[in-house]
Amino acid sequence: MKLEIAKTLQKKKKQILELWMQNQLKDESLREDLMSNDELRKESDELLNYLLDSLNDENISNIQSSDFDSLNEMISGISITRARQGFSPKETGYYIFSLREALLQALHKDFKGDVNDLMTVTLQMVKLVDGLAAVTFETFIKGREEVILRQTDEITEISTPVIRVWDGILALPIIGTLDSARTQVVMENLLVEIVASGSSIAILDISGVPAVDSLVAQHLIKTVSATRLMGAECIISGIRPEIAQTVVHLGIDLSNIVTKATLASALRYAFALLKLEVKKSTKSEV
Amino acid sequence: MYIVLNKDRMVIEKEQDVVPYRNRVKEFAVKIGMSLVNQTKLITAASELVRNMLKYANGGVTTIEVISKGRENGIRLIFEDKGPGIADIKLAMKDGFSTGKSLGLGLPGAKRLSSEFDIKSTVGKGTTVTLIKWKNG
Repeated sequence: MKLEIAKTLQKKKKQILELWMQNQLKDESLREDLMSNDELRKESDELLNYLLDSLNDENISNIQSSDFDSLNEMISGISITRARQGFSPKETGYYIFSLREALLQALHKDFKGDVNDLMTVTLQMVKLVDGLAAVTFETFIKGREEVILRQTDEITEISTPVIRVWDGILALPIIGTLDSARTQVVMENLLVEIVASGSSIAILDISGVPAVDSLVAQHLIKTVSATRLMGAECIISGIRPEIAQTVVHLGIDLSNIVTKATLASALRYAFALLKLEVKKSTKSEV
Repeated sequence: MYIVLNKDRMVIEKEQDVVPYRNRVKEFAVKIGMSLVNQTKLITAASELVRNMLKYANGGVTTIEVISKGRENGIRLIFEDKGPGIADIKLAMKDGFSTGKSLGLGLPGAKRLSSEFDIKSTVGKGTTVTLIKWKNG
């Protein structure tokens, strides 16, 4: 016996939309601050249209069917937009799950005569919506990952500023772990700035680097060598006591690089190299 | 002889796993009250070995344990990979030897930084490195 679920659903489209909206509106996780009710209704209406248009009795149990491609695309779109707008996964998930409730409520009236039919219908609907929900979660997480990747890029950008502390002296505070990609950015910024400012001394401050292992040290040595090739002297400052001990135990040879414990002593050394003197003024007014 | 008090496992498969792993090791070290210098030594050794694992074996599994022997507490780290293995461990433990383009200080450096160090490797099967850093060692 054919149950003609698809046809029944298509007939009851309006009723389903109403039920769905009701379900969504009465839920406390509704985010009216992020999306107005009108927008929500429009979006839901569109989604329901796509679903019911592509649904027929053959593909109802097979969400992977190519008939649902446009529907999946739309759900992915909704899900990614919601991830960017700041909806939580629970809220996005509930959006789809509340559709299941509405579908079941609508079907219940038609099939309540026969328990077996009702069971079949319910199972099929649950499977269908679960398929949709799986798509939602997958794309939601993808959306979030994109956000994270973008932020990672931004952090790499902002965390490597080159500062002109004095005429001819550049300082580059490094904060966070120095990996290959970071080193590339640091080196590039530094070399470009050396040319642009005509500086002859660069201070690399590693106070903000949590651990110096042989890879980090290798990156530092490379940066120093590159700076020297450009005709500038490079000083590494901000070496903490525990880092100094670790570097010695590791057996890293930094003896042909000028290193200082603090940025202040590095600056003093740089002044001495440039034959500059800092004096206390004898005049009273500033 | 060692009593394992607390245990955690972490899978390392990409470069982004190194920093969270180091933080995890640090958490354990802080919990048992290790001094800052020893913490830094432990973390640096861990960092070297994790990087080796990523570079030569495409990742592996690490275990962090709090162990105690008598009155002394410490951290034991185990690094297991299924990489190509090391043919000549003696040579690999020599300063300045590297089959990659690095400084060749990772393995010998990690050994110097830890209290106890053990490396076992079978060519074609993989490598297991175990290191212990005592709280006051």
